[in-house]
Amino acid sequence: MTALESMPLWLALPVAALLVVGSTLAFLGALGLVRLTSFYERVHAPTLGTSWGAAAILLASLLSYSWLQDRVILHEIVIGLFVMVTTPVTLMVLGAAALKRDREEGNPAVPPREAAGGHEPGRAEGS
Amino acid sequence: MTTITVLMWAATYAQGALALAGFLAMVRILVGPRAQDRVLAIDAFFVVAMLLFIVTGMKFGTPFFFEAALVIGICGFVGTVALAKFLLRGEVIE
Repeated sequence: MTALESMPLWLALPVAALLVVGSTLAFLGALGLVRLTSFYERVHAPTLGTSWGAAAILLASLLSYSWLQDRVILHEIVIGLFVMVTTPVTLMVLGAAALKRDREEGNPAVPPREAAGGHEPGRAEGS
Repeated sequence: MTTITVLMWAATYAQGALALAGFLAMVRILVGPRAQDRVLAIDAFFVVAMLLFIVTGMKFGTPFFFEAALVIGICGFVGTVALAKFLLRGEVIE
């Protein structure tokens, strides 16, 4: 807590702004996760937090540690790249699972299998 | 003086907003009408917890929270993909 006192104002202001923006985006994503009505709408909400929410907070952390340790710290980029690569994979698999479950139940809210061009999400290619 | 004040307020606000986001994700885990809603909320909760660890590490100026955040991110990805795969096929490893 005391180590941050040496940070100059021209660096502290962008760090503080990035922290506020990133945490607000993550909060809005969670709010959308609670308030939206159907699963296919809810899938989109947390990506606010995983795209620019995570990126802003990681950028603030990167700037802060780079100042504290007097050298360029790039550790946060690992987490940022990891989150950006894995989130679409997770949500695609989850969306395919939800679509399959809805079709098996005959839910009228999802398009039937014929309308989707004969592609069945449960049987992906190469498996 | 003003610099550290600005930083501390921003970090405290970020911690509060992220904690509230985690609470909302927990609400969706408990309420979520179907299994895929709960899995989606678990994924969101892992990301929010990871960001909360990073902000806490920034606030205290120690690099130890970073490794914890990395482990949380990897565990969240593996766990969510395993759960989604289970929902898709009925088994995790084929």
